[in-house]
Amino acid sequence: MLFDDFCETMKMKSLISCAFSTVALASFGQLNNGTFTGNIDATFQYLNADTLINAKQPDSKSLINSYANVFYTNGNFKAGMRLESYLPRIQGYPDRFEGTGLGMRYVGYTNSYIDVTLGNFYEQFGSGLIFRSYEDRALGYDNNMDGMRLIFRPAKGVVLKGIYGKQRLSFTDGKVVKASGIVRGIDGEIHVNDLLEKYMKDSKLDIVLGGSFVSKYQKDDNPDLILPQNVGAYSGRLGLKYSKFSFNAEYAVKENDPSEDNNNIYNKGHAALANLGYSQKGFGIVVSAKSVDNMSFRSDRTKSLQDVLINYLPSMNKTHTYNLVATLYPYATQPLGEVAYQTELLYTFKKGSKIGGKYGLPINANFSTTYGPIHHTSGFSPTDSNGIAYQGRLFDQSKLQYWQDININITKKFNANYSMIFSYFNIRLNNDISKVADDAHGIIESHIGVVEVNWKINKTNSVRAEFQGLFTKKDKGNWATAVIEYNVSPNWFFSVMDQYNYGNPLKELQLHYLIGSFGYIRDATRFMVSYGRQRAGLFCVGGVCRFVPASNGLTLTFTQSF
Amino acid sequence: MKRILFIFSVVAYCTASFAQDHETGKKLPSVQLKNMDGKSVNTAELGLKGPIVISFWATWCAPCKRELNTIHDLYTDWQAETGVTLIAVSIDDEKTKNQVPVYVNGKSWDYIVLMDPNGDFKRAMGVNNVPHTFLIDNEGNIVYSHNNYAPGDEEKLYQEILSLKEKSK
Repeated sequence: MLFDDFCETMKMKSLISCAFSTVALASFGQLNNGTFTGNIDATFQYLNADTLINAKQPDSKSLINSYANVFYTNGNFKAGMRLESYLPRIQGYPDRFEGTGLGMRYVGYTNSYIDVTLGNFYEQFGSGLIFRSYEDRALGYDNNMDGMRLIFRPAKGVVLKGIYGKQRLSFTDGKVVKASGIVRGIDGEIHVNDLLEKYMKDSKLDIVLGGSFVSKYQKDDNPDLILPQNVGAYSGRLGLKYSKFSFNAEYAVKENDPSEDNNNIYNKGHAALANLGYSQKGFGIVVSAKSVDNMSFRSDRTKSLQDVLINYLPSMNKTHTYNLVATLYPYATQPLGEVAYQTELLYTFKKGSKIGGKYGLPINANFSTTYGPIHHTSGFSPTDSNGIAYQGRLFDQSKLQYWQDININITKKFNANYSMIFSYFNIRLNNDISKVADDAHGIIESHIGVVEVNWKINKTNSVRAEFQGLFTKKDKGNWATAVIEYNVSPNWFFSVMDQYNYGNPLKELQLHYLIGSFGYIRDATRFMVSYGRQRAGLFCVGGVCRFVPASNGLTLTFTQSF
Repeated sequence: MKRILFIFSVVAYCTASFAQDHETGKKLPSVQLKNMDGKSVNTAELGLKGPIVISFWATWCAPCKRELNTIHDLYTDWQAETGVTLIAVSIDDEKTKNQVPVYVNGKSWDYIVLMDPNGDFKRAMGVNNVPHTFLIDNEGNIVYSHNNYAPGDEEKLYQEILSLKEKSK
């Protein structure tokens, strides 16, 4: 709106008073013009057909995803927006993402005790077991809320949050499509030591307490069932620290919530999470346990996959980075039920010791395992009018294994310029439960070995190489991968990766997947070009996975932060 | 005519104040995070003296760990010569968050470690992907940033810290 229109509408006919207010506004701006931050990100693909790997050429031949985030803060005021564009979307993204338009926007006010946002926001209560709205662009995952959020800090160590809104479901015709249900909730957290600073100043024990309540409303439009229109979930959490020990736990319960996910049963659900850790210089360990039953919680009971999830159930295993380990047999949480345990350990043999040598020798080991839950069905009948199908108890596991991962890695630095990392992984994945392969049944067991070599040639030039071997009797058989990366700091990198499926039971599918890339980086700008063949795989972040089909062609990416 | 003059003066005013904004640089946004011990920290009120390096990383990000382990070996010298403080902001979410203290202590890092499990600070800083490293001057202005890590990038970062040190003299 132009200033003079503004003045007319405000009926301030006098030019002088209008000019005054303009000057006042402008000089206020001059005192503090605020800050813009944000980023732009674009991925372009030109794809060829490749019948051997079943990669199709899209009708449009080329694909592009692009995003621009702009955030503005000025004193206590904040505002932000994101434009996004799919013309059409790149491979592996949900097919209903299309068009160009506003994907997110908000305004808000913040000071030392209040933070209010109207429009879109991301938020997490506790560990997210009953509420987490977040975005992961690489996955095409975004369940942001559109509504209102209020954060209030009435005293030191106390945080109260209230949220109200509708979740993002999709992006069609350049517009955000929202879920049909409404989500609302409150969360409170007290850091006891901060609140009672006077009395607990010298306390070695550190205590954090928290609790949340989240409810969703969705109209019952099912003619055959009487569905609860309002479904509540609540949770309590505790965090303790004493010297080098730490403990945190959260327990959540969800009221009966018949949905497509749970086959419209009227059971309650639960999720429990606990971590016990100990760490000191040179050594750290954490032991974790998780129990989940009937905990899929969405703002639309008819949706599936990754759509409009209100909560977040982290999968209890390590996030791997080496190509063959990360994308062939990954595991995603089973929201209908699982019991999982994990141990992570890191020990560094000291510098100057016999084993540690000149630079110290870190050893990292990790173990994770997941089992199915037991459903106690005696006394329950599927035809019962109450609709309760079974009883699920806390940490009550069956003998059916879903997942197991044992891995170890050792980093050896030989001198200032040479270092190597040796890793071994033993992964067991139950393909009947967490399906990753079309042509395998039961447990797929694989052994993976990786050797990574880092060589710093001089101040700016370096080479990194990875040699990976995966051995399995099922699915597509054995794989070998080699990666060579050449870096010229701080601006350039070149890399070549070949994945060879030499153990495929079908001879004609014993293929090389060769891909070459180079990139240019300058400050916060990054260009990358890659060309080649990419196998189909599951791309996962935080236990949320998306299938990315095989492709052959050119990919250009551009990212810019500001 | 009055109208045109009026609009012109408004535009001129805005342009002038905007130009001035450019010189003051980009300020560190204010986000409430927790450190590894669970204490609340406001990113705009870090209360540190001297230059600050903010490095976004995660336990599952190999180049991030390469960068922070490389700087770890140089950190004592860097601190002695420039008074720099490094803040390692972990974007690990609930899945891997508990592995952060294991890694940080297991590697004996001396950095200040902040937790950003839902990416609030990451978003506010305009970070697309990790590693992403920022250099902040004494007044809280972001003066340099670099995406990605390749061996040798730490030299460039150190040059930037030194030139910041020179300027502030």
